[in-house]
Amino acid sequence: MSTTAVIEPIKDPRGPWFRRLPVISHFNKSVGLQRGMLVAGLVLTAAFLLTAIFAPLIAPFGFSQISDADGSFPAQQAPGGKHLWGTTVGSYDVFSRVVWGAQTAVLVIIVAVLISIFIGVILGLVSGYIGGWLDRTLVVIADAIYAFPPLLVAIVMAIAISGGRSSLWGGILAAAISITVVFIPQYFRVIRAETIRLKAEPFVESAKVVGASNIRIMRLHVFKNATRTLPLIFTLNASEAILTLAGLGFLGFGIEPTSAAEWGFDLKQALADTTSGIWWTGVFPGLAMVLTVLGLTLVGESINDLNDPRLRGRKKAATGKGGPDSTTGGQAALEAEARIS
Amino acid sequence: MTTLIEAPPTDGEGLLPIKKKTSGGGLGRYILIRFFLIFPTILILVTMVFFLMRTTGDPITAALGGRLPPDQLQERIAAAGYDRPIFVQYFEYLARLITGNFGTTLSDNRPVAEMLATYGAATLELTINALLVALVVGIPLGLVAAHRRDKGPDAGLRVFAILCYATPVFFSGLLFKLTFSVWLGWLPVAGRATPANELALTALESPTGIYWLDAIRSGNMAALADVMAHAVLPALALGLLTAGIFLRLVRTNVIGTLGKDYVEAGRSRGVSEYRLVTKHAYKPALIPIITVMGLQIAVLLGGAVLTETTFEWKGLGFQLATYLTARDFVAVQGIVVLLAVIVAVTNFFVDILAALIDPRVRY
Repeated sequence: MSTTAVIEPIKDPRGPWFRRLPVISHFNKSVGLQRGMLVAGLVLTAAFLLTAIFAPLIAPFGFSQISDADGSFPAQQAPGGKHLWGTTVGSYDVFSRVVWGAQTAVLVIIVAVLISIFIGVILGLVSGYIGGWLDRTLVVIADAIYAFPPLLVAIVMAIAISGGRSSLWGGILAAAISITVVFIPQYFRVIRAETIRLKAEPFVESAKVVGASNIRIMRLHVFKNATRTLPLIFTLNASEAILTLAGLGFLGFGIEPTSAAEWGFDLKQALADTTSGIWWTGVFPGLAMVLTVLGLTLVGESINDLNDPRLRGRKKAATGKGGPDSTTGGQAALEAEARIS
Repeated sequence: MTTLIEAPPTDGEGLLPIKKKTSGGGLGRYILIRFFLIFPTILILVTMVFFLMRTTGDPITAALGGRLPPDQLQERIAAAGYDRPIFVQYFEYLARLITGNFGTTLSDNRPVAEMLATYGAATLELTINALLVALVVGIPLGLVAAHRRDKGPDAGLRVFAILCYATPVFFSGLLFKLTFSVWLGWLPVAGRATPANELALTALESPTGIYWLDAIRSGNMAALADVMAHAVLPALALGLLTAGIFLRLVRTNVIGTLGKDYVEAGRSRGVSEYRLVTKHAYKPALIPIITVMGLQIAVLLGGAVLTETTFEWKGLGFQLATYLTARDFVAVQGIVVLLAVIVAVTNFFVDILAALIDPRVRY
């Protein structure tokens, strides 16, 4: 990410705006293997999103449908014929549930990541800018939650929100909020660190001298600069959100099967099938999940590598292009990645 | 982990360019401050867990509601003191926690502390096995990837690393079970040992609960082989999850140190590329791994919950899932608090270790 231009806003040497959009600028910067990984990730992610959007058109049956005009579906039928990927022990159509599961996953990701970015960014900005006891308290709390296994935090939240059992939107919301609590500390840390760094920058001081209010400085000067690393954390967290949702579902703490299709729940059901050699109930939802997470992670990782001057490419690394802040971003990304469970 | 401790950056002078002015008691003071930071961390988590779990009502209604007539339910609630003000209950809970009294589970009426001790050993065994797999797989492959950077092996290994943590443990576990247990029939499907061996091992005098240790102590080689066979798949499923993270961490850091001047100097002196990677660049690159390992304990424990459920490995995670299904929130709270303490204490030791190795960490 070229960042120097923010400090010298006289002329814009960076090309048209659309070439500076997060993913597009990274695509232009990438070469060879890295471009391949980025493209593969984008293709997988696009496939995931399209499946989610067009789920009603793609899926032949509803996610909780167990019969049609020809009568009830058979249970645990092998793939083939009317049921492309077979049926589960509860007579659900595996293919339909995998497709609908993509929709559930997208909804949860969007709700979870939006809420956590919103709260995390505000807390991080305020905490980093104001400092003092508020900052210290928030840091200790955030660190405590951050250090804890995300899945357990999500479980505790799920119990608090719904007593563990929930339906349709309630379930999606409960899962999303549970995941939110895991993510807020991450956004908080990154934004706070950036804010503290930016607070000392000359342009913030000049804004103060001119007489800008604290809110205006936070909103205009700090916010815009501090949020540059967000696309990266977003892609990494999206994949973590999927895994956390699936983990909750797997432990029986997610969304009820009649309310929405959820991959984690399907895998939990499939576990009992494995001993009798029934593979299709588990392999298909599992593969869908792995490919989705793989796609998102490939995109995130490519952006991370392209942001980090040490990793971008040998020649560019030697010239030290990228500035000091891109290393901060890379560091945050590494930390975020280390959290993926 | 010991290999990491024994690898201070002896030949990495370039790594420590800033000699920070530290007063005589710098390290001692840091350790002390860091030690006292454990308590607020644990307190915050305990408080959070306590109040969040109570927002939906008292544990007795959650566990037994609908199964008991209302008047009996009220009686049980009053007997357990759940009808008193929540803050009274909170402080009483804290006081009991300090004395190690976690209460009694509602679904099977056992002291929570005893339950934690029984199943904690199983989780410890699984976590150690997994960490071994992660280190043995992750570090060498990370070195290879860094050495062959941007070439075929690197690309393959990076995809492998991403696949490792893109695959949830319960799916990799399911695949392993299908392949190695059901189709090939090489390894057992689930559990920690066959029932006969399990009985023999738990009947020992003062068992540690770590089965392979107990098997060795009692000289029961048949049981040892059985325990090992049961341990392979869970350790692989959980270990590979972390191996991917170690792999990419080693790769990133070795690439970073390979660009350092002292490595370049070594190269110009004619040090072989192999030696440069394994000796010069490798050791300083291990420092961040120790820090990340602290975070990985949290990941491993979280993953252990899912792994244990997948393989019916009767540890804390398996019990957690069971108690969750039974809505036994007293037991759930006990397990979560224990895990919080473990995470906080491990992070303390990891921070101290990092400070011992790299003076810049101290503040």
